[in-house]
Amino acid sequence: MAHVATHDSAQHPIRLYLVVWGWLFVLSTCSYLVDYFHLQGHLRYSLILLFMVLKAGLIVAVFMHMAWERLALVYAILLPIGAVLVFVAIMVLESDYTLLSRTLHPGLL
Amino acid sequence: MVQISLRNEADEARHSSGLASIAADLSSDQRAFKNVSWGKAMMWIFLLSDTFVFSCFLISYMTARMSTTVPWPNPSEVFALEIGGTSFPLLLIAIMTFVLISSSGTMAMAVNYGYRRDRVTTAVLMLATAALGAAFVGMQAFEWTKLIHEGVRPWENPWGAAQFGSSFFMITGFHGTHVTFGVIFLIVIARKVLRGDFDTGRRGFFTSRKGSYESVEIMGLYWHFVDLVWVFIFAFFYLW
Repeated sequence: MAHVATHDSAQHPIRLYLVVWGWLFVLSTCSYLVDYFHLQGHLRYSLILLFMVLKAGLIVAVFMHMAWERLALVYAILLPIGAVLVFVAIMVLESDYTLLSRTLHPGLL
Repeated sequence: MVQISLRNEADEARHSSGLASIAADLSSDQRAFKNVSWGKAMMWIFLLSDTFVFSCFLISYMTARMSTTVPWPNPSEVFALEIGGTSFPLLLIAIMTFVLISSSGTMAMAVNYGYRRDRVTTAVLMLATAALGAAFVGMQAFEWTKLIHEGVRPWENPWGAAQFGSSFFMITGFHGTHVTFGVIFLIVIARKVLRGDFDTGRRGFFTSRKGSYESVEIMGLYWHFVDLVWVFIFAFFYLW
């Protein structure tokens, strides 16, 4: 940890950013190809999510220097995002229920 | 005396690791984010709140799309671009994605050159970032114009569920606004860098404080965040 705490982002070689830039291009092309080749079903959704998470991880970890920040800051920022996932879960249940009501009682809603 | 005790507690916090380091930092009765300046910490906290804002937009879009009995318009066809008689799905969106990623690349490099105190390279890279950002907003304006001509409104569209328009204008509009403000502040900071404000200690016109090259990094955090949000919009709105 002592090493991380004293890390100076000026020490990074420019090459690191060029490599990440290249990977972001590759991953974006991959997600575009998912649509281009009309992949469907679970394969489509899992690939979209995979490329999305990889891209987001690269941007946050390297471009935003999160990989070199102290854990206290990393956790303070990343943990609250968990609340968003809980919110997503709640709204998935809610929309399922709404859709069911709309399907069962077409005239009502 | 105060200085000595401050240093001791900071040392103590620095020596623990893992979860213990978080407990040590947060219970140290001083600054929790040890080697992080207030400016950077506040930008992170602002970005966290902005994450919640965009999350709410994307979650309401998800709710609308999941609960409607009317078919959702196929984004692959809606956002297709015709070139020489051939239709390319999502072409403009793909170009916008690459432009925004490139702007993030130049921004990351600007931060690096800033810490090396290379004024001109930093400013040029920041202005390149701003130019790419402006290009992104321009393409978005083109896309909006195209869709509005095709009859997309927040309350209706020719292809399916009415919520498509409101979700589209709300989410991309809010994101485009973020990019626009980013471009403005990129130009402001680039001007300060070029003029040497961070070397001569010139005071800012608004805060009357001396800036430092960390401003470039804080600006970078915001800019990368805008790129980050686009990653999620691209995945959930355009590809899903």
